[in-house]
Amino acid sequence: MTGRVSRRVLPGFGLSLSFAIVYLSLLVLIPLGACLVKAASLGLPEFLAAAWTPRARAAYALTFGVALAAALVNVLLGTVVGWTLVRYDFPGKRFIDALVDVPLALPTAVAGLVYASLYAKTGWIGQYLEPLGIQVAYSRLGIVLVLVFTGFPFVVRTIQPVLTDLDAEVEEAAAVLGAGRWQTFRRVILPTLVPPALTGFALAFARGLGEYGSVVFISSNRMFETEIAPMLVLVRLEEFAYAEGAAIATVLLAFSFLVLGVVNYLEWRSKRYAV
Amino acid sequence: MPSETRSATPLAGLTPGRAAEPPRRAEQDPAYVRYTLVGLTLGIVGLLVVIPLVSVFVQATARGLGVYWNNLVADADTRHAIFLTLVVAPVAVALNVVFGVAAAWALARFRFPGRAILVTLIDLPFSVSPVVAGLLFVLLFGLQTPLGQWLKSHGYQVIFAPPSLVLVTAFVTFPFVARELIPVLEAIGPEEELAARSLGANGWQLFWRVTVPNIKWGLLYGVILCNARAMGEFGAVYVVSGRIEGQTDTMPLRVQKLWEGSDTPAAFALASVLTLLALVTLLMKVWIEPRVRAGQRPGRTIA
Repeated sequence: MTGRVSRRVLPGFGLSLSFAIVYLSLLVLIPLGACLVKAASLGLPEFLAAAWTPRARAAYALTFGVALAAALVNVLLGTVVGWTLVRYDFPGKRFIDALVDVPLALPTAVAGLVYASLYAKTGWIGQYLEPLGIQVAYSRLGIVLVLVFTGFPFVVRTIQPVLTDLDAEVEEAAAVLGAGRWQTFRRVILPTLVPPALTGFALAFARGLGEYGSVVFISSNRMFETEIAPMLVLVRLEEFAYAEGAAIATVLLAFSFLVLGVVNYLEWRSKRYAV
Repeated sequence: MPSETRSATPLAGLTPGRAAEPPRRAEQDPAYVRYTLVGLTLGIVGLLVVIPLVSVFVQATARGLGVYWNNLVADADTRHAIFLTLVVAPVAVALNVVFGVAAAWALARFRFPGRAILVTLIDLPFSVSPVVAGLLFVLLFGLQTPLGQWLKSHGYQVIFAPPSLVLVTAFVTFPFVARELIPVLEAIGPEEELAARSLGANGWQLFWRVTVPNIKWGLLYGVILCNARAMGEFGAVYVVSGRIEGQTDTMPLRVQKLWEGSDTPAAFALASVLTLLALVTLLMKVWIEPRVRAGQRPGRTIA
């Protein structure tokens, strides 16, 4: 039997748990509580006047939209890359596999800086897109692009272990029973890829909702156009409108906790149905 | 019922390897699919990751290595930003290591009411936008609050000063170490610790001589991930630092300031240092990963 043992046998339960709870409270729970208290100090009409203005709604819609678009793109890209890295052998495969983690390790400010300069009108890539009439830097497309970058590893990394564990015999059985390769993929493999892809999607989406560092470089931050919600929080802070900032932050927190809840549910469900 | 396929090799495809050279294994895709997908993968990773990485170093050194070096060391504010990041990140990481070990010990070794809630709460900071994280601490410690005023009157300033940088960095990197350690400790199981206990080891002996050697790779792994995020944090630090040149600018903040001041080569020079740190992080990650997994192999302690 592995797992947890009786408190009387192993020492340190009281010390470790109380330290963990005190640290968690000081660093996370009390600051979160302070924000909610500040937002609640407004009262409902003022709260709505601060957090539900046309400008704020435009910022939420943009944040939600770009995060959603980037997460959907990442499901596609991540499935292709995850599939290829698990199923095929090619030179440099391990190197490519390691490069998938770059967005997790690279500071977001560096990502924003590089993408802004690559896709500017005179940049390495932007100079070829400019004549085609595609403007990436300082547009919504640019925001989606950097969010695709920051969220890229999530779907790849959630899909890979599932594909590795997939039993070859299941596919062989499908083939023996007369299924074509495409049929096997659609009917046998794809259903097993849906739960990890969903988890990866939710993780990338959650990351995209809160992302700031990379976006601020490539976005023009114009209100109603390219101003994401975290940017608006910052604008309010710089006006010393703390309660208004807290109100917008509360809406953002509610969004992200909702997504966190969904992620946890998906993980719980995939564990429950995993054999 | 078609019988040709059955007569020659009865279970062709079911037992690959034993069957007499099937033309193509059932789980193998046609060549054109393989080449297309490998090509797509190389294209995706190339466009998203490789070109940006290369461009950092090309743009940083575009005016020669001498200028590159000067951009890094000649400016006092840039030097201070590097110094500040090298101080703030390790302090925040150290705080989270202590927490991570304590939380993992309590969660992996004991059952108690509210355990599931604690596990969920640990992940909370990951889903908070960095800007909101910064705001939380401004609302708590800012000079407009009673707490901020009281601290100020006793000579401590938190917001717009290094302590706030440590606090927000610890907040955004909060889950890393604990998340790595909980599964490692659970996989190892308590057998060795119970044995040490029965042989008369006291709590700290047990911890330093049995638990720490067992979890060292998982711990190192968590520290590396935590440190990478701590050094690169931008949004949260941006909010609380006040961005005072030569005082509260960390490396990522300095990169932005140089970029806004149109000193692009200097911005890229500093960005290249951060990129190198990220690449070193990844190398160490690739190196440690097999060791973490080996430690988690079930039955390891029994053998």
